[in-house]
Amino acid sequence: MTPELLEAGAQAHSRALTRVVTDTGPVFNQGVALYVEDLKVAFDGFQALGGLSFTIGVGELRCVIGPNGAGKTTTMDCITGKTRPDSGRVYFGSNLDLRQMNEQQIARAGIGRKFQKPTVFEALTVTENLELSLAGDRRARFAMRAKLSGAQRDRLGELLKTVHLADEQSRVAGLLSHGQKQWLEIGMLLAQDPKLLLLDEPVAGMTDEETERTAELFLSLEGQHSLVVVEHDMSFVATLAGAHRTVTVLHEGKTLAEGTMAAVQSDEKVIEVYLGR
Amino acid sequence: MKKPLLIALAAVLLLVPLLHLVFPPGHALHLSEFYVGLLGKFLCFAICALALDLIWGFGGILSLGHGLFFALGGYGMGMYLMRQIGRDGQYQSDLPDFMVFLNWKELPWHWALSDSLVGQIILALAVPGLLAAVFGYFAFRSRIQGVYFSIITQALTVAAMLLFFRNETGFGGNNGFTDFKRIAGLAITSPGMKVGLCVASGIALIGCYLLARWLTQSRWGRILQAIRDAEGRVRFLGYDPVAYKLSAYVISAMMCALAGMLYVPQVGIINPGEMSPAASIEMAIWAAVGGRGTLIGPVFGAFFVNGTKSVFTAVWPEGWLYVLGGLFIAVTLFLPQGLMGLARRFKR
Repeated sequence: MTPELLEAGAQAHSRALTRVVTDTGPVFNQGVALYVEDLKVAFDGFQALGGLSFTIGVGELRCVIGPNGAGKTTTMDCITGKTRPDSGRVYFGSNLDLRQMNEQQIARAGIGRKFQKPTVFEALTVTENLELSLAGDRRARFAMRAKLSGAQRDRLGELLKTVHLADEQSRVAGLLSHGQKQWLEIGMLLAQDPKLLLLDEPVAGMTDEETERTAELFLSLEGQHSLVVVEHDMSFVATLAGAHRTVTVLHEGKTLAEGTMAAVQSDEKVIEVYLGR
Repeated sequence: MKKPLLIALAAVLLLVPLLHLVFPPGHALHLSEFYVGLLGKFLCFAICALALDLIWGFGGILSLGHGLFFALGGYGMGMYLMRQIGRDGQYQSDLPDFMVFLNWKELPWHWALSDSLVGQIILALAVPGLLAAVFGYFAFRSRIQGVYFSIITQALTVAAMLLFFRNETGFGGNNGFTDFKRIAGLAITSPGMKVGLCVASGIALIGCYLLARWLTQSRWGRILQAIRDAEGRVRFLGYDPVAYKLSAYVISAMMCALAGMLYVPQVGIINPGEMSPAASIEMAIWAAVGGRGTLIGPVFGAFFVNGTKSVFTAVWPEGWLYVLGGLFIAVTLFLPQGLMGLARRFKR
């Protein structure tokens, strides 16, 4: 047995012991979509998150920035169940304790995630990628006989248009350009119809025009969905944040500053560690 | 590419009875008993290759322990065949010879259904299916993937082989079962029975192929391929990969068991050698040579590799393993999509 196997086994075991039935949706009665408090994660002694706290409001579009190693991706891993935090609280709505749920339960509860490196199903066509992402029954025995309903077909057509891939719909996803794969993954997220979208560097590798369209798309989603956008591209963040939206700056696994783009940019600490390098 | 296969299989179903039974021996068109047996065997191997392709080609799960399911299916059928010998064995006892030899006085509990053909068929499918379900559940739940999964399936089949070598297990030890006489009262060596089993294997192959095609073209099949390419993404879409991998693994194991059930009466013997690591690895070679993820390819692959084996073991027996190894290396290096990839390249 390798150490990874032992560890995976131990994790599965502890999860099985603490499993609660959580296939109900989140309750947003206090205007908070995501609540993170004092989150701590260490990997082999390296403190990736050292007591991170923040909240995301319902329908809010939040940008998260921070230098490499600030803990942005680790935060997403903790929210989506990929990494188990050492301590702290992560709640979706006021009722779902995400630390007690596994990846697929968290996804079904309404949290969608876009990876840093675009991850699509390369052997399937664009339409098939979106079809698998559509909200609905996720059980294997259902999938053997599943057919698309008329409403789902319409939804697919709509999504293809939204992500500008209508012309590529029967192409194999592996043949798409990098930017198109990013778009496809965003489309897959939307197809899930999640309440909270976590987007890890969504415009990496996109052309300026594609980046601009992506910003427009995200802004149009604000209000219906809560969005958390992690990004390095400062002009993109500035476009998204505008004058009034909140930007969170992470540094060494903690929230360094939070405020409007202008406030954050003039913050002494932020200038020191990140912007003014 | 689907037509040639269906034509070839239809030929089996129609021509084999015609050529073997209607044309008398000595006639130019007579198909000898040897070739009927060989064809029946190859059809069973093709089912195994197809079963492996379903999980390996579509699910990315390389099992190197499918020989175990094949052998369990074979043993299930073998138990019935042993009971059908009746009092015609060496010791003229009601019990199978090996039990008399071990001085057993009655059938062990797991032989309870062995007098019923239907009962044994159900058992021969259910036991491998159940074993695959239990083993697969723990393996997939613990996220054992890739080469680790291949190694533990290999270990499982070796463990089973050692278990079946023991006389106390009640499966005839290292001699296994042989010297079968009849099925459902009919002589197993009669020409009609030989042809019947060969045709039944052909029908089973067509059935398994149609099932596999239906499955892989359904949304279930697309999710299985998605798991193969990006399991993490599938999880973050809200699917539980365990359910999908497990259902594929169980279906695949039962197909192999069916093949083993049809194989044993045709070759007239089953012993723990079928659970040896080499037997399972050969199945993977059939699928790889034919072309993974194509369903048809592995069927051709099984015929091609075993046909070559038949030729070589006749003309140059000691060279066969070198040829097999060379074939596997050549396919891995130059034909990642196997014979199907080669055929596609020529088409263009």
